[in-house]
Amino acid sequence: MAIQSEQHRPLLLRGPSPGSRFLLLWVACILLMVLDHQQNQTQNIRAALSVATYPLQALVNMPFAVGKWAGESLSSRNTLLSENEELRSQVLQQQFQLQKLNALQVENTRLREMMRSAAEVAERILVAEIRSMDLDPYRHRMIINKGSRDGAYAGQAILDAYGVIGQITSAEPLTSRAILITDPSHATPVEINRNGIRTVALGSGDTRELNLPFLPNSTDIQVGDLLVSSGLGGQFPPGYPVGVVFEVLRDPGKNFATVRARPSAQLDRGRQVLLVWFGEPQRVRQATEEEVPE
Amino acid sequence: MSTPPWQFWLTLGLALMLSIIPLPYAYAAWNPDWVALVVILWTLYYPRRVGVGSAWIGGLLLDVMQGSLLGSQAMAMTLVGYLTVKFYLRMRVFPLGQQALAVAMFLTLYHFVLFWIEGVIGGPSPGLDRWYPIALGVVAWVPLQAAFRILWPRILKT
Repeated sequence: MAIQSEQHRPLLLRGPSPGSRFLLLWVACILLMVLDHQQNQTQNIRAALSVATYPLQALVNMPFAVGKWAGESLSSRNTLLSENEELRSQVLQQQFQLQKLNALQVENTRLREMMRSAAEVAERILVAEIRSMDLDPYRHRMIINKGSRDGAYAGQAILDAYGVIGQITSAEPLTSRAILITDPSHATPVEINRNGIRTVALGSGDTRELNLPFLPNSTDIQVGDLLVSSGLGGQFPPGYPVGVVFEVLRDPGKNFATVRARPSAQLDRGRQVLLVWFGEPQRVRQATEEEVPE
Repeated sequence: MSTPPWQFWLTLGLALMLSIIPLPYAYAAWNPDWVALVVILWTLYYPRRVGVGSAWIGGLLLDVMQGSLLGSQAMAMTLVGYLTVKFYLRMRVFPLGQQALAVAMFLTLYHFVLFWIEGVIGGPSPGLDRWYPIALGVVAWVPLQAAFRILWPRILKT
């Protein structure tokens, strides 16, 4: 289809004037934003449009996928052999640790039963890939390639190999939107691993920093303390690393200490993340059954 | 007659892909507003076929792909499209430098609308980072506009 010549056309534009169209579309935008912000009722529109934009996101992802494939198929036999050996030894080591863990887990369940508290041991994990990352300083969001078809749900926790990354804000059929723990509007319930003090870690807008503003000056917290998710609030599975404290400032003139932590998860690199189902064993089993066979 | 040519959708697709490409954190803040640039470019030279409506669609797709508040970028983009339709006759005869300045103004307004919406829904106030994409957008405008003007007669012939 060719673009027709611009000659022999009236100088002025035809049809409804750009001004009226502009006003109409702005009203539509305002409506959409109100619906999206206050009632979250735009799920269907978003889902439909996200199916349309999926090919573009897949295309952006392709160079990385091709690069990975090429790297895998072109790496020499020796590299593969040594990598294989390394992985084997790693598996052995981890199996050894896992044996201990199993025993500990059983013991933990038993102890919890003795104390009549609910043990949350059932967890299921699914690997997802990051489709796009929005690191606007005031909005840390990402889109991952697993959606409600894979059992993902809004509020689900996302981890990587090193710690907590964030949670899903809305699940569309093929993709999901997620918020990172460093988003300024996100708060993660954490506890200090050393002594179990509970607090909240707020996002700072910087992927390398979390703020803990609600700790009184007298709190027992030091540089190097590991923060783990406390599981309170029910969004995140308990016991996963969230960050490591790297600065504690105690100003006697202020009520609260200034505590800053570095996220454990590698928020600004890596493309694989883990979706976690946890909580009631029944809920986990349900999610496992609903899983679509690959 | 009033629908955008397929070349517009092609460049819009490219711009959308460029704006979601994963970049290292230090460079992500500098990524120019490719979709806004494409909308200005096409509206400037094809105001009868590309304009307010196409800008709206581009902004809406950007909203979906970046996961921002649905309608926010569409709103800002519609303003950019409208301003370009209003001023295209003047902007076409501007020398390149002046044209780039006009583009800078449009991009600033684009970010102002986004900033305003974020303020209304309770987002934090921005720092200097807001200006980086505008600066780089103006720099990108010069080669983009040159490339478009080389491509333009070719598109007309085929």
